[in-house]
Amino acid sequence: MLCQHCSQRPATVHIVKQVNNQREEYHLCETCAREQGHLGLEPAFTLPNFSLQQLLSSLLESDPFTGFGGGPAAPRAELRCSFCGLTFRQFKEGGFLGCSHCYEAFASELGPLLRRVQGSDKHVGKAPRRSGGVLRLRKELAQLRAELQEAVSREEYERAAQLRDRIRDLERRIQAGGDGNAVE
Amino acid sequence: MPWNRLVSQPQTRWTAATGPDSDVVLSSRVRLARNLEDFPFPHRMNERQARDLIRQVEAGIREVNLMGVCPPVELYRLDDTPYLDRQVLVEKHLISRELAQDARGRAVAISEDEAVSIMVNEEDHLRIQVLAPGLDLYSAWELGSKVDDALEAKLPYAFHKTRGYLTACPTNVGTGLRASVMVHLPALVMTNQAGRLFNTLGQFGLAIRGYFGEGTEPIGNIYQISNQITLGRSEEEILDHLQSVVQQVIGHERRAREHLARQMKAQLEDRVGRAYGILTGARILSSEEAMRLLSDVRLGVEMGILKGVEARTLNELMIACRPAFLQKLAGKELSPFERDLRRAALIRERLVA
Repeated sequence: MLCQHCSQRPATVHIVKQVNNQREEYHLCETCAREQGHLGLEPAFTLPNFSLQQLLSSLLESDPFTGFGGGPAAPRAELRCSFCGLTFRQFKEGGFLGCSHCYEAFASELGPLLRRVQGSDKHVGKAPRRSGGVLRLRKELAQLRAELQEAVSREEYERAAQLRDRIRDLERRIQAGGDGNAVE
Repeated sequence: MPWNRLVSQPQTRWTAATGPDSDVVLSSRVRLARNLEDFPFPHRMNERQARDLIRQVEAGIREVNLMGVCPPVELYRLDDTPYLDRQVLVEKHLISRELAQDARGRAVAISEDEAVSIMVNEEDHLRIQVLAPGLDLYSAWELGSKVDDALEAKLPYAFHKTRGYLTACPTNVGTGLRASVMVHLPALVMTNQAGRLFNTLGQFGLAIRGYFGEGTEPIGNIYQISNQITLGRSEEEILDHLQSVVQQVIGHERRAREHLARQMKAQLEDRVGRAYGILTGARILSSEEAMRLLSDVRLGVEMGILKGVEARTLNELMIACRPAFLQKLAGKELSPFERDLRRAALIRERLVA
């Protein structure tokens, strides 16, 4: 949730005040909390609680393949998500994307990151029935291709021919972006 | 279920102490991260957007109830709930510490039997969680997936053809699946084998955490083992992998227990008996001491050394003697010392009865 005071930055400071059994809660960003004197005047320096997000942003900083990070070597136009306005720099700092559209906006940068963090950049597994049409067809296609190979190696040519026809049909449907029947 | 009942009884689905391998495994959990298209992720939402989203989720919850995939689910808006009540739900493992912290524009939907809880506007718009007693990942996943299907029928999920279910943090993207198993490993700790085992788990792509999840310390020899990778493997592969590794951990723990029973029978019985003696005789008990002794007593029960105490009683006590629950029970805020007094009284009463 955004900061209660500025409504600009995510609220990361939670303050609970208890006076005569009356509890008051505030949710502020670090900047506002500091301005309102809730944090000490000295710059915040604590040993970071080492989290996955921090690890993530440090991976991004040091990625030699994508070349982004603080180095002076590769100045590039600032990437920004047109839907939510999050910049790639903000993602690097916080470790969180701003909305689902960020995945498209930062696609070129996220691919290498995902391969490093997750060991893959392609989803396999469950898909929503509604948007999974093409994905389901692709899976079926992979299955049919494996079957075709097996049929050929066993010299079952009649079956191989049937499979080949089904594969062509599937390829056409995928090309067309999946059809109405493909959803189920 | 009325909110007040939800936050004042220590029994919950996972405390039943039934289910496979419950001599080592307390509970299994499956969590699915889901987001809706066309809303920013929760950390970038304002309160109005957060409330709009909750209204949409209500339609999804109605669908879950209509399809009858689990006992009736009720949605609770957290905005005006007392901080202490939310902490009780954390202590019951029904919501995360993160959700309890900032209640603005947040909600949780919980099924009547407390097996399903759906956090709204936590790190992701939806976190569908299923808890089951014992090692029971597959039935938890099956139920979670059905709830997911029902919600999806009403809610436009953010799904990408190659990246899968989109999440606020890229460490959850793909399946959005985090499966975890809560294990009690006192014999591995006593025989100094736990550290080595945990290092090995990391190499298998699994994380080991404390009693309250990420960033928490283990309490009473209880650890949470979970998958780290969510992308590039199917849900079944993720569960199979976790299941098979956890089964090996269970095997190691059982062998360590047998070893202790053979080689150090007297010391083991002494340790269990002393723990029981202190828990039933003490008048002041800190949280840390109580959890440590409850672990010893649990080991005694699990190994058949101690008769007449039920594992479910121990599970409920682990919830009932936490700070928020004690204060909820007392109906007022308590100082740490007052809590230690009440904790001792509560444990004495439950164990002697």
